[in-house]
Amino acid sequence: MPQTNHDYSAGILIAGPSKPTKVGCWSCGAMRAAHFCQQCGKVQPPGPVDYFAFFGLPYKLNLDTATLEREFYLLSRHLHPDINASSSSQEQQWSLEQSSQLNDAYRTLKDPISRTEYLLRLQGMHLEEQSTAATEEARRTGKAKKQVVPPDLLEQVFELNMQLEEARMNKKMGEPDRSLELELQDTRKHLQVKYDSMMDELHTAWNAWDALVEQSAQGGNILEEDRAAVRAKMLDILNRRNYVRNLLRDIEEVLE
Amino acid sequence: MSTERIVGIDLGTTNSLVAYMAGDRPVVIPGGDGSNLVPSVVALDENGQIVVGNPAQKYLIETADHAVYSVKRLMGRGVEDIRDELKLFPFRLADDLAPGEVLRIKLGDKTFTPPEISAFILRQLKRNAERYFSAPVTQAVVTVPAYFNDAQRQATKDAGRIAGLDVLRLVNEPTAAALAYGLDKKETATVAVYDLGGGTFDISILKLHEGIFEVIATNGDTHLGGDDIDNLLVTIALHDIQGDLGIDVRRNAEVVQTIRQAVIDAKIALSSKDNTTLEIALPGGKHYQREITRAQFEQLIQPVIDRTVGPVRQAMKDAGLTPNQIDEAVLVGGSTRIPRVRQLVEELFQRKPHCDLNPDEVVALGAAVQANILAGRSEATKEMLLLDVTPLSLGIEALGGVVAKIIHRNSTIPASATEHFTTGVEGQTNVAIHVLQGERELAKDCRSLARFDLKGIPPMPAGLPRIEVKFLIDANGIMHVSARELRSGKEAEIEVQPSYGLTDEQVENMILDSFDNAEDDFRQRQVIEARNEAEIMLGALEKGRGNPVWERLSSQERVSIDKLETALRAVMKEDDYRAIRTAIDALNQGTMRLAELMMDSAVGAALKGKTMDTADVGEGPAAPHPIAQAEIE
Repeated sequence: MPQTNHDYSAGILIAGPSKPTKVGCWSCGAMRAAHFCQQCGKVQPPGPVDYFAFFGLPYKLNLDTATLEREFYLLSRHLHPDINASSSSQEQQWSLEQSSQLNDAYRTLKDPISRTEYLLRLQGMHLEEQSTAATEEARRTGKAKKQVVPPDLLEQVFELNMQLEEARMNKKMGEPDRSLELELQDTRKHLQVKYDSMMDELHTAWNAWDALVEQSAQGGNILEEDRAAVRAKMLDILNRRNYVRNLLRDIEEVLE
Repeated sequence: MSTERIVGIDLGTTNSLVAYMAGDRPVVIPGGDGSNLVPSVVALDENGQIVVGNPAQKYLIETADHAVYSVKRLMGRGVEDIRDELKLFPFRLADDLAPGEVLRIKLGDKTFTPPEISAFILRQLKRNAERYFSAPVTQAVVTVPAYFNDAQRQATKDAGRIAGLDVLRLVNEPTAAALAYGLDKKETATVAVYDLGGGTFDISILKLHEGIFEVIATNGDTHLGGDDIDNLLVTIALHDIQGDLGIDVRRNAEVVQTIRQAVIDAKIALSSKDNTTLEIALPGGKHYQREITRAQFEQLIQPVIDRTVGPVRQAMKDAGLTPNQIDEAVLVGGSTRIPRVRQLVEELFQRKPHCDLNPDEVVALGAAVQANILAGRSEATKEMLLLDVTPLSLGIEALGGVVAKIIHRNSTIPASATEHFTTGVEGQTNVAIHVLQGERELAKDCRSLARFDLKGIPPMPAGLPRIEVKFLIDANGIMHVSARELRSGKEAEIEVQPSYGLTDEQVENMILDSFDNAEDDFRQRQVIEARNEAEIMLGALEKGRGNPVWERLSSQERVSIDKLETALRAVMKEDDYRAIRTAIDALNQGTMRLAELMMDSAVGAALKGKTMDTADVGEGPAAPHPIAQAEIE
């Protein structure tokens, strides 16, 4: 029987990549043993692991999603409630918890944005939309959470909001303004380019982060301020990206 | 492990079916009348007994207030949800419904909730399966529309429990269809399932990969189907009748039902013919007649079938796919027999859709495949695994009536989310949580699932308690909630007030109330059937005694037969069907020689003088029931 109580070394979550990941190896499948028995196939009790640890992955952001998918399918074949439908009720309960963890982990990690957000959250950082301050503000005013305008967009957003307001009015009255629509389409194109370029920015930040994780795995000494800088960079990109996404959504709504 | 069979059930708006896996193939189990489809109609007969399926159909026309159909439309819904429905369907609600109470429908002078009516249908299917297997059936996989919400799923599960069935899994109908179609498929493919049934529409996009059926996106409308087409035609006929003949028959439920049946026949005819005539005999000897061409019909139904386009586009968008990335499109549901619907699907996916399997049966067949996967003992399905999704986002109401989504639609299930709550007032010991399902931003526009009261929080200063609430959607698409106060580690007590649906206690009472307790019911029917067989056996024996060959038996043989007969007559009075069958078998064995002699003499008479040596009579009596065989003469 494999070990059922892994030492997931909670330190990983708090100390970030300064400590090497202690969980099992991706390729030899040692991590799988934490979820189901390699000999008899029985589901093991779920442990309190984060999503990276669930798949036995290091805390890196560049990730091969094809491999992740294969691992997801393989684990599904052992953990899914349908596979364990005739097991004892205790095993069925474990199967339900393990497979919901598996699905949650796969869903979060396969998408590049949610993967980044998740890693930042593990490191105690929250997007503006999800921050405590924003929540408090929403609670106080009873309105939906609002974001801070990125400085480089300040001027453009001011004008765009007026245009959107006007276009909404026109739409309501049923009097479309062709030239305004063209202007909005132009803005949309411009913002879309910006939006797409943020993905490149994010990839650069990923590489910086992964290099730190790698260095730390090799036993290198990483300064907290280096990690904090990369985290802050990623958080900034995601916040700006969310902001632009919301603008694009607003334009989309008006132009529909 | 029990050897009991798990059946697959399609509990449809119009028709219901039960199927099972016969070796490596799913097969539909026919009813006693030989029909595969059990119409989802329930009626109360003259003696106050429940009748289901084909025998119930006639009551729709004769005593419409004693019959109900399309009850699936009411599953898991409240009075305020079904106002529109009531204008179009002859549902008669109980007069004394309290607000927030589960709907009750009048059937004659009795009232039943939608899960109870569905349970009558399920019980009929259960009986059909038990008759077929001559063994009890207590476990089933039941299908539901993919777009069914939590309350509708829960109501379906309740119906199973009331009918004495342990519903091991609720499977989404389009996914079940994909299972039936994909049984032999080993290659990787992206498949779209377009399921337009009697009352519901679903679209599901799946990725098939080495036996894994992974749903990527699903969408639909739980109130869109063939019923809506029928209603359009009924409205026209009623309008015509009032205009041309000057009679208003709208209040006459029986006549409306006659019209409904006539338009359904016309609709079906128009799938294979270019025109048909609607003919209806009206009270007072009047007659309504109208010719409908297929072109007129198609123009009329276009708005109805166009309503399927939005959900299809949304599902494709959610899946991140374009039509040319879909490898195959599959048609499911009776309404996909309409040529215009097929044409629309072909336009949407830019390819000819599959319809090799009977669209009425494919969902039940798929349910049987899933039942076999759960039973886990078949070579045919051992590589198969279904990964389905939740069709609707799960959210909790935040301050200001805004919904915070915690599990997004199209998340693979089981799925979970953990949220933390705290108190706002010093010493507060209760926290209320409102859980909703839907895609809209505001709580008032989403479907309320339940209100949870977290109780027994240790009194602490405001904001200090940390209550961790875990929301979990299981493989049936049904939500579960558990909570813990982290500082004290105490399991918080949760009081659930479901917004719709029956409480556990109500369901228990309905099981107790049901007039035939499942286990007992099965035994009684077995006893009756065994007695009937015994009667036939004894009747045959009497004939044998009157036959001249009786004298050719030795006295010892005759005494032995007499003894076996006495034994059978004795056990027939008891309620042990196994003992009756054993006695029948014993008598059967004991009369083997008598049967042979009767056979020979019958054959001899038939061959008129030919000797047994030259006559081609095979190898003696081959029938399992020798005495009955002698009745050929």
